[in-house]
Amino acid sequence: MKLLISTFIVCLIYCILLLGAENQLEVGALVAIAFVASVVGKKTGFMDRLAVAVSHRPGFPATASVIGVLVMMVVFHNSHFALLMLATVLIYSIVCLGLNIQFGYVGIVNFAGAAFFGIGSYTAAVLATHTAVPHLLVLLIAATISALIGSILIYPVLRTRGHYAALVTIAFGILFRNFLEVNDTLGGPQGLKIPPLTIFGWNLSNGLEVGGVELSFYIPYLVIALVLLIATFRITRNLERSWIGLSMDMVRTDEIAASTFGVNIAYWKIVAFTLGNFVAGLAGALYGMMTAYVAPNNFTFADSLILVSIVILGGIGNPWGIIPAAAIVVILPEKLQFIQEYRFLLYAIVVILILLFRPDGLLPRRVRQYFPAGKAGGKE
Amino acid sequence: MSFDIFLQYLLNGLMLGVIYAIVAVGFTLYFGVLDVIKFSHGDILMVGAFAGLTTYIGIAGTFESPWLQLLVLVLVSLSIAAFLGAIIARYLILPLQKAPPINTLLVTLMLGLALRELVRLFYPNGSNPKPFPRLLPSDGIAIGEFILRSDSLILLATGVITILAVQRLITKSKVGLAIRAVAQDSETARIMGINFRQIVLITFMLGSALAALAGLMNGLYYNEVNFSMGLLLGVIGFSAAVVGGLGNFYGAIVGGFLFAALQTVGAVLLPAILPSVPSAYKDVFAFAVIIIIMGLKPTGLISEKSSERV
Repeated sequence: MKLLISTFIVCLIYCILLLGAENQLEVGALVAIAFVASVVGKKTGFMDRLAVAVSHRPGFPATASVIGVLVMMVVFHNSHFALLMLATVLIYSIVCLGLNIQFGYVGIVNFAGAAFFGIGSYTAAVLATHTAVPHLLVLLIAATISALIGSILIYPVLRTRGHYAALVTIAFGILFRNFLEVNDTLGGPQGLKIPPLTIFGWNLSNGLEVGGVELSFYIPYLVIALVLLIATFRITRNLERSWIGLSMDMVRTDEIAASTFGVNIAYWKIVAFTLGNFVAGLAGALYGMMTAYVAPNNFTFADSLILVSIVILGGIGNPWGIIPAAAIVVILPEKLQFIQEYRFLLYAIVVILILLFRPDGLLPRRVRQYFPAGKAGGKE
Repeated sequence: MSFDIFLQYLLNGLMLGVIYAIVAVGFTLYFGVLDVIKFSHGDILMVGAFAGLTTYIGIAGTFESPWLQLLVLVLVSLSIAAFLGAIIARYLILPLQKAPPINTLLVTLMLGLALRELVRLFYPNGSNPKPFPRLLPSDGIAIGEFILRSDSLILLATGVITILAVQRLITKSKVGLAIRAVAQDSETARIMGINFRQIVLITFMLGSALAALAGLMNGLYYNEVNFSMGLLLGVIGFSAAVVGGLGNFYGAIVGGFLFAALQTVGAVLLPAILPSVPSAYKDVFAFAVIIIIMGLKPTGLISEKSSERV
């Protein structure tokens, strides 16, 4: 427990330093430290000890992460940029959790992740501009619409396999982007403005003051993102641990064997695909409202590839891997300005290297563990 | 629609069809010998086109004759692409042979992204479209309002001849025999004394050179190249190959022309039937039809046959 708490505190301080670092040299040094620390940790067996400690207290990482985000929120209470980044990491994690259900559990690779994210944003933009639907409901409607539009693809996705299935989602992603570019009612290439999120008459983008301290207007978005992330994460995780996850795993690993055991392949594929798109649309709507602006250029094929690469970088099928992977992918290019321009190139190279040398990602998915260590055989 | 506009669309459709078919044939070759999708194909095409452009800038002062310039440009561009193709096969595709197919797909997708970004960032002024030189004669025969330009005719003929030549190469030559043998059963082919690795490399060189040729044709036809041209052309080529039936040579050609026809029909018919829909929706229409075809014929129009792949 001591080990866990001290590690948590070190990580938290590190994250705060990284988010707060202003000049390039500091950031560079911090990144180098993290790299060295991870290598040293691996060599000295510290990582293994940590893994054992975590397996004794399976609830710890979740609680710690939530506390960590809240502490960072307090530390950066009036720094817009740091909070925006933090919220972006959370939102990207939500999308990738959705993709993880599709890719990691039933094995449908969705190369149109950015498109479903975009459907969420655009729906939110249209609904919030032209209707008086309460904004929290808009989030849900956007997610539902994303899932519904995704269901157009279900028939071809179910019928095809492998490369043929990949084509279906790739074609859809490009179709969607082309559609937005030429559609004038949706703003064409210029995109649309989105009014800020308003909850019960409270405009979230106005900023707020608590006890004389001015708080950034990103804080409410961050809190909403955190709540949504916790909900999504719990669903994903429980899905994995339940018989549903077991059926999904079976669909992914061997369809023929699964069907001989009476697992309804089509059913689970539909469930996973729809759920994933729902989650992506939800995140997209929130992201759109936070940035107050959508344009087709944010939903290109390259963005879809980045989402897929987060899932791979984190370790396919492991929801825990996604959050650090999303943090790396979102924060590093923003922080290291000289990377900004080269980020797509860098992602591409990193993913190629990972697939060549460590195809399981940063935190590989483990074999199912229904009982945390120590509890399986009664008391320790 | 008047006759000359119809001819204009027909020629345009045929041009696109030939280019798409050449790209799709590349996908088919790779899938045939190794059962992999090399998704960086479109970006190899773009690299080929840029290599051609660079060569032209380098030699424009040395040679006067446009034909000679064209010859050097084609040779350099095709060799660079072939070399690149061999490197990719050697260091990315062959090591991943045992990995799940999705890994190969992703690696090559990412490689395509990397190539695209490299050109955008490091080619001088690479993020803007670049004019491609007009090297072919542009005089033409007038048919009513429509002028059949000789450069279009030359490009069209080149495309058709290339496809026929590749078809001959695969069905009639010794190398083609080896490629088909590997495609059919690589284990047995190896036992029979075929150098598997060499055949794979040759196939990838051939496919990449074809991609570069398609890139040059595209550049010469539109007189413009840009760093992202490979993405759309690659996706279209892939769609064409998949719709035709992966691994099937004739399927790839059918798919290429089908996609071009869909785009042309989309551009002509959509505004005619629904006046509110502009012709800019042609790609949306084409990709939508592709998705529908995939739903109806999940393994392509001419479905994969294990006995005859290439």
